[in-house]
Amino acid sequence: MSQATLRIQKMSGHAGPVPGEGTQRELQVCKLIDVTTCIGCKACEVACLEWNGLPYRETMFENTYQTMPDTAWNFWNVIKFNEYERPDGSLMWLMRKDQCMHCAEPGCLAACPADAAIVQYANGVVDFQQDHCIGCGYCISGCPFNIPKFNSATKKVFKCTLCSDRISEGLEPACIKACPSGCLHFGTKDDMKELAEKRAGQLRDHFGFANAGVYDPPGVGGTGVIYVLHDATNPEEYGGLPKNPTIPWVVKLWKGPVKWLGNLAIAGGIIAVTLHYLRYGAKTVKEDNRAEGGQP
Amino acid sequence: MSSGRALPLNSAAGASGQRLLRYTLAERVNHWIATLSYIYLLLTGLAFWSPYLFWLVIFSGGGPTARFWHPWVGLLFTASVLYMYALWRGDMLLTPADLVWRRSLLNYIRNEDENLPPVGRFNMGQKQFFWLMLGGGILLALSGFGLWFADALPWSLRYLRYLAIFLHVVFALATIGGFIIHVYMGTAVVRGGFTSIIRGEVSAGWARLHHRLWYDQVTGGSPRKK
Ligand code: HEM
Ligand code: SF4
Ligand code: SF4
Repeated sequence: MSQATLRIQKMSGHAGPVPGEGTQRELQVCKLIDVTTCIGCKACEVACLEWNGLPYRETMFENTYQTMPDTAWNFWNVIKFNEYERPDGSLMWLMRKDQCMHCAEPGCLAACPADAAIVQYANGVVDFQQDHCIGCGYCISGCPFNIPKFNSATKKVFKCTLCSDRISEGLEPACIKACPSGCLHFGTKDDMKELAEKRAGQLRDHFGFANAGVYDPPGVGGTGVIYVLHDATNPEEYGGLPKNPTIPWVVKLWKGPVKWLGNLAIAGGIIAVTLHYLRYGAKTVKEDNRAEGGQP
Repeated sequence: MSSGRALPLNSAAGASGQRLLRYTLAERVNHWIATLSYIYLLLTGLAFWSPYLFWLVIFSGGGPTARFWHPWVGLLFTASVLYMYALWRGDMLLTPADLVWRRSLLNYIRNEDENLPPVGRFNMGQKQFFWLMLGGGILLALSGFGLWFADALPWSLRYLRYLAIFLHVVFALATIGGFIIHVYMGTAVVRGGFTSIIRGEVSAGWARLHHRLWYDQVTGGSPRKK
């Protein structure tokens, strides 16, 4: 964040190293969600609403633990619940905290046509700037995680900010502060990756989850939110976490080759008609209606 | 509904200085609704198409306003091309004669019009442009709905949204290509065409040069041989 850019690097007339030098090894922040220790208490949902000043919403009951179907424009963080049957017939409750993944290569940002409506800070947080948003909804198509949500009253799109207002002040995100089981962690990307790998190894070595692993999908350049899963080979079971998320190829085509071919075609068309006019000019009409003259 | 329809012609055929009614008032008004709405769609659409053109939104009240009106003006545009279909479909059918004419397309491009076979109310290029805008207008409206109500489609149907984006862009580009040629021909090359779609009239010489068969039809046959 902007404050990080004011960190002192060199100092005049100072004996010894710059105080605090090297304490910030890395700017990239990361939220680690260990789904294996999540108890599904939804404290993070409440904390998110409270910190961001969002209203409570009506819940639903459909005979499952899922009382809120999905994220919404005013509900940025939801526990996805799945009753999963293991191959041996035994039951397992899978709970995953779902929110914006803060992709290193964000599809929402790639798709957005409005100047600075979506930004990515140096710390990796992807943030929507609603005052620049035109409400076109392209970001909804660009995101592989179904995150940006449209408010049809204000025609603006909203999602998790990773509490950029808190972390710029050195605080952890509200959800992490509220988590009672300690399944949520916040720190630098390097540290969180290390912690996650350690935990996944523990699950493999001591708890019999042979496929335990870390979810940090390379298809979007890695994410600012990573998961530890009991079974990293089957992320879909965790409330539809995509196995290999990428920016949809149509979006890449549209914002890449199609754009340049289209621009070339438009420019080429304008140049072609200009050249035609310079070479051939207008057609001439003879008003003379008698039989002589140039029209055989 | 061929071209002779309701064209109130009275004066002696072929008289010098004679003006012929080429477009009725309804045809002209509809044409300008289509044109103005298309230009609005073009300017707002191009703004969203490229960051280097985003500044175009200043002409339409800023990004959110442009985003709000683009789909509504789009509906107006599509309605006007549909009405255009009702008005002109008879004259716009491609005929075997058009295929013959096409062989001389190079002559047309080089302004060697004396080497061209005579054409009716519209030539092949005009007809193709008409069908392009009709098809484009319908497909842009259909795909436009996918963009308009992006949040209405459930996640499981997201491929429809991707398809809508792609079709919208492809047909916007196709119609832009046609539009550039159409505007250029109608203003710079075929002089008198622009006046005809404003005032509705053309000169006899204009009609003879560009649309001989139509000229013969509305004047009840040319006084000249051939
Ligand atoms: C009923 C007809 C139409 C509807 C409902 C419609 C709707 C939309 C919507 C909702 C968008 C998304 C952003 C925005 O609102 O600008 C869009 C984008 C666009 N529209 Fe349309 N539209 C229609 C017709 C047209 C036509 C006739 C053109 C021809 C120039 C056009 C050109 C574009 C372009 C170039 C874009 C931007 C594509 C991009 O961002 O890459 N639209 N349209
Ligand atoms: S809805 Fe807003 S944030 Fe999303 S792509 Fe459009 S302008 Fe950008
Ligand atoms: S998860 Fe979706 S909304 Fe969040 S950064 Fe990635 S693409 Fe953007």
